Amino acid sequence: MSTPTDTAPKPTRIAPIVTPDAKSFWAAADEERFVGQKCGDCGRFTFPPRPMCPHCHSLKREEVELSGYGTVHSWTVPRHPHPFGFREAPVVAVIQLDEGIRMVSNVVGVAPEDMKMDMAVEVGFEPTMNNHKVPVFKPRAQ
Amino acid sequence: MTRTFTEAAIAGIGATEFSKESGRSELQLAAECSLAACEDAGVNPQDIDGMITFTIDNSDEIGLARCLGVKDLAYTTRIPGGGAAAAATIYQAMALVNAGLCKNVLIWRAMNERSQYRFGQNPNNMQGYTGGHGTGSLLWCIPYGAMTPASWGALQGARYMHTYGISNRDLGYVSVQQRAYAATNPKAWFYERPITLEDHQNSKWIQEPWLRLLDCCQESDGGVAILVTSLERARDLKQPPVKIAGACQSIPYNVEVISNYYHDDLTVMPEAWGTAKRLYAQTGFKPTDMQAAMIYDAFTPQVLMQLEAFGFCGKGEGAAFVKSGALAIDGQLPTNTHGGLLGEAYIHGMNSMAEGVRQVRGSAVNQVKDVTNVLVSSGMAGAILSKA
Ligand SMILES: [Zn+2]
Repeated sequence: MSTPTDTAPKPTRIAPIVTPDAKSFWAAADEERFVGQKCGDCGRFTFPPRPMCPHCHSLKREEVELSGYGTVHSWTVPRHPHPFGFREAPVVAVIQLDEGIRMVSNVVGVAPEDMKMDMAVEVGFEPTMNNHKVPVFKPRAQ
Repeated sequence: MTRTFTEAAIAGIGATEFSKESGRSELQLAAECSLAACEDAGVNPQDIDGMITFTIDNSDEIGLARCLGVKDLAYTTRIPGGGAAAAATIYQAMALVNAGLCKNVLIWRAMNERSQYRFGQNPNNMQGYTGGHGTGSLLWCIPYGAMTPASWGALQGARYMHTYGISNRDLGYVSVQQRAYAATNPKAWFYERPITLEDHQNSKWIQEPWLRLLDCCQESDGGVAILVTSLERARDLKQPPVKIAGACQSIPYNVEVISNYYHDDLTVMPEAWGTAKRLYAQTGFKPTDMQAAMIYDAFTPQVLMQLEAFGFCGKGEGAAFVKSGALAIDGQLPTNTHGGLLGEAYIHGMNSMAEGVRQVRGSAVNQVKDVTNVLVSSGMAGAILSKA
């Protein structure tokens, strides 16, 4: 996690596009909290966030702190075109979270040639333009 | 109009040239290909009474109807899901004719997708990712640098390739075969330009280590239109009728277009399995009843996954099936005989459906022998086109 200083380069990553149903997810990320949507009635997790639980149709959604642990379920390195907002081509990955849900994110701190499917990762945060933050993943500390 | 069940057929197909810079408006492309489809069928464009296109087509129904002089439009609708749902246009046209609601349904898709904007580049606005286009969660990819269809497609294909030990070189056999078909198709952008497996392996990485340039469809300018009418009426028109034996759509739970990472098993395309199941149930056909297939080939892994979904080979056997030569003109399942979206042009899958029609008519440049049934699949939707 980077701490902005006077000399740190300005973040160039695109800020998340926040939809009404995902507002709490991104607001928590700004505070470096990784939360997920859990049904207030049946207790199941859903991602992406949505207004209704698909299992029991409850409208009672709870934003709960997630473990931040998961594995790399799929990954790629976008070489061409070079993705906007990145100095080096990032590792983009589908993360399988321990809570049984998946999300797209980045794996940071690992060279593309060292990437492995199913590698264990844990959450961290990176800054974006306009003073926001997004959850990313790094190899899980042993 | 009566509301009894009416069999539907494709009576006309039309297209503009396929290029990288059409030099005219998308509406003009739409008008030209629509007129061509009507002339092919021998139907007066003024008699069109139904119009269907994609939600993301930029031309307006009224604008196109005004070009064609459509006298009395009875029905318009648009399909979400981009190219993955291309065959849903045929599905909806069939349903309209089946229900006796329309007599002449025009399907069109026209775009300057190379000269005016580019699907393959970083997006410059987020409009396409909002509601109504079937692209549920693309917004969640953008801050992470997954900004292009190839990046989304690679994340989809990677788990499949990893699980079954399919290398990028294995994918090359799909490209080489399709470029061989394109090489003998004068309408194809890559006419007379076949490639070798080495060319494929020497092409640059688009998504490392999964997709190279030659695994990706083209970006194209052009338009394609299809005219659907009743089978009875089609018999009296100019071309041999092509019966829509079946058509359907399938969007299983937690499936979405391209950023499709939330369903249970990423080594399969559940939407294609659903389409296959529904299509075979609807028609009573089985994989061995198909003499050819047109399979949506935005990226090569998706071809393999659809071959498996439709039961042409077992799970994880798609690459070996293709390597065996099965997709060649004398193979088990000649596929994308026009060169596909890789070799002919990327008109969002519409040009592949037109090739399905030509194969049934017996008028394709790379004609398969003794064709009775052709499968047309765009993943989330499909159709079986048959000799009447
Ligand atoms: Zn619930």
